[in-house]
Amino acid sequence: MNRRNWLRAAGAATIGLWVGACDRLTRNPKFMGFIGSAENLSRQAQRAVTNRDALAREFPARMISPDFRANGTRSPTDAGYIALRDAGFAGYRLVIDGLVERPLSLSLAELRAAPARTQITRHDCVEGWSSIGKWTGARLGPLLERAGLQPQARYLVFHCADTLAPGPDGRYYESIDLVDARHPQTILAYDMNDAPLPVAHGAPVRLRVERQLGYKHAKYVMRIEAVESFAHLHGGKGGFWEDRGYEWYAGI
Amino acid sequence: MARAKRILVQRHGPVVRVTHWINVLAVSLLLMSGLQIFNAHPALYWGHSSTFAEPWLAIRMVETADGPRGITTIGDRFADTTGVLGWTGFEGDRRNQAFPGWATIPSWRDLASGRRWHFFFAWLFVINGAVYLATTLISGHLRRNLLPSREQLRLRHVLQEIGAHARLRFPKGEAARTYNVLQKGSYLAVAFVLLPLMVLTGLCMSPGFNATVPWLIDLFGGRQGARSVHFLTAGAVVLFVVVHIVMVVASGAWNNIRSMVTGRYAIDEEIRP
Repeated sequence: MNRRNWLRAAGAATIGLWVGACDRLTRNPKFMGFIGSAENLSRQAQRAVTNRDALAREFPARMISPDFRANGTRSPTDAGYIALRDAGFAGYRLVIDGLVERPLSLSLAELRAAPARTQITRHDCVEGWSSIGKWTGARLGPLLERAGLQPQARYLVFHCADTLAPGPDGRYYESIDLVDARHPQTILAYDMNDAPLPVAHGAPVRLRVERQLGYKHAKYVMRIEAVESFAHLHGGKGGFWEDRGYEWYAGI
Repeated sequence: MARAKRILVQRHGPVVRVTHWINVLAVSLLLMSGLQIFNAHPALYWGHSSTFAEPWLAIRMVETADGPRGITTIGDRFADTTGVLGWTGFEGDRRNQAFPGWATIPSWRDLASGRRWHFFFAWLFVINGAVYLATTLISGHLRRNLLPSREQLRLRHVLQEIGAHARLRFPKGEAARTYNVLQKGSYLAVAFVLLPLMVLTGLCMSPGFNATVPWLIDLFGGRQGARSVHFLTAGAVVLFVVVHIVMVVASGAWNNIRSMVTGRYAIDEEIRP
């Protein structure tokens, strides 16, 4: 073997050992749990330096993306959803229950009559792309006041109408804490770019929780449940993607 | 004729040595997990949002009459990068991913795990970098060893050094006791410009941090601009590492590595009769 081939083989072996070691660690749940703890550090650091009500940037209308991408479920195949959609969502009710004093069941008309907010914001997908869209929806904070959160409520769980993966835990869901729930830009959006929310983007209602990544913005929201803990739900991590290894705190 | 006597001098202090090797670990893992994250959407844009039809850089797999090919596009130019980028791996075992498995952590497509690696080692990198920068400023390491002297900055001297480096001729004897002007310049650029830029552009991709410091993202023309600068700066860091390793090997691999481990560096002191 000449010197060049020898160097090449040594280089390949080094990379192979290195990648092999990283792969082995990635398959080790204890190690991944350990490095996953950086998520808490990121959340606490961001919350420590950020005003709780600090707003995500809002953009002028000319910057709205003409090619806003739809990700995840684009057209739910669940029978219940299809029936609702085919009736123009006339029978849709948004349920707010769980640890609340007065459970709510709101029609779309009632939701549209609630205190609303319009915002043109940037949607950042965990994959790396961004699109800018205009959203109008009912502010979540006042709705929670109407329902009256019980003192032990700590999180809101968003139960969705779409199934994104086969199996019993394939139903999409998400959860946020009360800091984000009461944020002024956290809305239940029913309009996108001045038209009713398209099916691909979560019709009839999607969550907008600005300052977090796209997968937190649950589409096809049917029910909002106030809970003390989400450990008993699905995979126990508080969301469809969280159960599949993504961070619950998606501010980074 | 003068004979050379080999003496060991103290080259690197303990903080420099420890932070250097932690940095090697963190930067390698950040680079490879970063390529995993890039692979989730292997296209780059300028501005605030993605103009999906016109990325300035894209790496993709394209179906052709001869089967799939890896195509890398920069602006209007494109190149067939099959095997390395876009359609990667050895013939017969090719995969549809932008950067090949041997360059990413983990080697398979797994954005969630790549992000975990990235953010954990980003914290290590930032804390380690802060310790280095603070001690560099406080201990006088910056002034004593890193800032070039007036003589070193003379154009003629700089040109001489460039010529000497290009011929892989390095300072010997007394002159080897201190960093030369090219070393000083590149170490300063990496420690005070490139690596901090990695942190700033990385933070700009965090929607939570955007709300905290809204003006920072404007320095890079928006989130997609920041993502592009993050990628390009990472490329500049890789370029530095390649040149750095070549120089380390060419100017005495063992002596250099020992000086970064134990601190001791051998120089040849001329003995005059």
